[in-house]
Amino acid sequence: MNAETGQPLLTVEHLSMRFGGLFAVNDLSFAANRREITAIIGPNGAGKTTVFNCLTGFYKPTVGRLTLSPPSGARFLLERIDGFRIAKEAGVARTFQNIRLFAGMSVLENLMVAQHNRLMRASVYSLAGLLGLAGYRAAERRALDLARHWLDRMGLLAQADQTAGSLPYGLQRRLEIARAMCTEPAMLCLDEPAAGLNPRESQELSRLLLDIRGEFGIGILLIEHDMSVVMQISDHLVVLDHGALIAQGPPARVSNDPAVIRAYLGTEEDEALPPEVAGDLVAVPHSIPSAGQPPC
Amino acid sequence: MRPNLRGMVKDSLAAAIVAALLAVPLLGFHLSGSAQGLTLDYRFGWVAIASLAVFCGRLALSLAGTAVGRSLRRRRQVVLPLSGRPSRIRPAVGWALVAVALLLPWTPLADRNLIDKATLLLIYIMLGWGLNIVVGLAGLLDLGYVAFYAVGAYCYALVSQQFGLSFWLCLPLAGALSASFGVLLGFPVLRLRGDYLAIVTLGFGEIVRVVLLNWQDVTNGPIGISGIARPTFFGLPLLASVPGRTTFHEFFGLPFSTDHRIYFLYYLILALALATNLFTLRIRRLPIGRAWEALREDETACRSLGIDPTKTKLSAFALGAMFAGFAGSFFATRQGFISPESFTFIESAIILAIVVLGGMGSQIGIVLAAVLLVGLPEWFRDLQQYRMLAFGGAMVVIMLWRPRGLLASREPTVRLAERPATLDAAGEVLP
Repeated sequence: MNAETGQPLLTVEHLSMRFGGLFAVNDLSFAANRREITAIIGPNGAGKTTVFNCLTGFYKPTVGRLTLSPPSGARFLLERIDGFRIAKEAGVARTFQNIRLFAGMSVLENLMVAQHNRLMRASVYSLAGLLGLAGYRAAERRALDLARHWLDRMGLLAQADQTAGSLPYGLQRRLEIARAMCTEPAMLCLDEPAAGLNPRESQELSRLLLDIRGEFGIGILLIEHDMSVVMQISDHLVVLDHGALIAQGPPARVSNDPAVIRAYLGTEEDEALPPEVAGDLVAVPHSIPSAGQPPC
Repeated sequence: MRPNLRGMVKDSLAAAIVAALLAVPLLGFHLSGSAQGLTLDYRFGWVAIASLAVFCGRLALSLAGTAVGRSLRRRRQVVLPLSGRPSRIRPAVGWALVAVALLLPWTPLADRNLIDKATLLLIYIMLGWGLNIVVGLAGLLDLGYVAFYAVGAYCYALVSQQFGLSFWLCLPLAGALSASFGVLLGFPVLRLRGDYLAIVTLGFGEIVRVVLLNWQDVTNGPIGISGIARPTFFGLPLLASVPGRTTFHEFFGLPFSTDHRIYFLYYLILALALATNLFTLRIRRLPIGRAWEALREDETACRSLGIDPTKTKLSAFALGAMFAGFAGSFFATRQGFISPESFTFIESAIILAIVVLGGMGSQIGIVLAAVLLVGLPEWFRDLQQYRMLAFGGAMVVIMLWRPRGLLASREPTVRLAERPATLDAAGEVLP
């Protein structure tokens, strides 16, 4: 295993996000390591997406420090960087709970837009681009190659020239991940990537995420309700309830934590437990074999 | 599907009842004045006729609409359809239109009047293409576009009068000034979207007009500026004679004709408009152009990809405004006289209508829409006072028939099919 494993990529310290009188996130601290998949789980309304929005610059945290230390050696205090710069400079890419593709543009164009900043630099205020200079053309070819690589990987090559909005749901999810990866991020934040996928698609997604982790060595932050996916692929689990951290650690330990079971299933007075929910919480085998990547 | 006759009759009856209810107060009572004072007449016969007309009309519409309606429903998709294969027809149509425009003055049809009308049409096409950058590509609803047109026109008029600069020097100046006005407007309104943006830009357009109207010292107020310098043919005045200078007709040894100027202006605006078109076609395929379209589709997603929404929107505003500035200077030099009258809200509305009717973002669509919107009122001139009624009716019909504009399908800026994987690892093109 690479020496970088185990080094923190993201450190969240005392993060609080308040909306009026409501603490959506309350004094949350955790760390996510490089080359690891960190899953944030918790019941609906636990504040998971709020954490994502703070990390990706859509919200300014009320209190807290968010430090990103990518392998390049730079250090970014995300709470001080505004909006789009987090994606541009710190290299945090994300997907959305309700897919946000550029629905009217083609699949390939979606991936080209993701490489905007690199291409903008090459196009020198669009002048080199307008004149069609060689430097810009080469950059565009590289961008197309990267896009083609991800299309191929996601099995979207045949649909490259279709509108993104016309893709079936599962493919739209994958395209959104491909788009995020085309920004060449240091950290990838996925907001419920398995929502609405069938079991086979979820399996493919799990494999894909393991491959991305192994190949690019980036940290993946994952919000997910599908426990089979979470238990299979995550290296570290962070459990939230009502905006507060109730447990964190390796999946096997967290899934047996009494506080977690209480948060998910209610206290003992709550009688009617759907059996499938209880079944999900039983630790499933920790890893699935993935192509060439030994489980951590 | 068989037409559901019962349902249609029921629907028509309902429409007739609503019409009757409306018609009773509107048509049923009539006040007439006479020597004895006001008398109230009852005209329930009219009400009956009106309801009957609505019933028949509604029924006829639904009978005719079953076939039409189906095709309409098919078109009403949420996303713009992408044309499936690279269109060969569209570029061909484009080149054909360019050829027609180039050859128009040489056809036997051409006379002063026609070329003059065509020049006016080309101004609108150029403005449409310019506004298309802002509205069609970046999706920013701008109702004050004519303000930039005015800035360009006044910039040329004032600079050429005060400093005696030539048209060709003033043109970039007017473009730059309009673009900076675009940035000026852009800054405060960047956070606004949709309707709110439309209202603010509408206000901006009015502010510019009111300033032009009231700033007597500089703009000469409502009287306007007259005697604006005419363009020269690369330094050769297109006039009968200018003391101390060789004029166009003397230089080429032609007999003097005022047609020369008309034809020259026509080719000038054609060149300017084509430059606008070329620029738009090219920038659409560049990262900034794609970012505009992406911003139109989803601003949140753009931010998550590290695209600066502020800069991207400002660039769209500035570039759109720049072309309006160019068109404005041309307008000033063509007319020789400008006043705030020429830059009223209705101009903005017409330009916006051209863009929307053309099918947001489609270059050829804008040409068609401009021909319709500027040409239709001319054709309908024989209808006299019903002219605008016919014009409005035509618009409604077009929007029913093509709710997304005349040419709504969008050509992707890049296709994988056209870019086969011919690259080796070094990024060199293989033979």
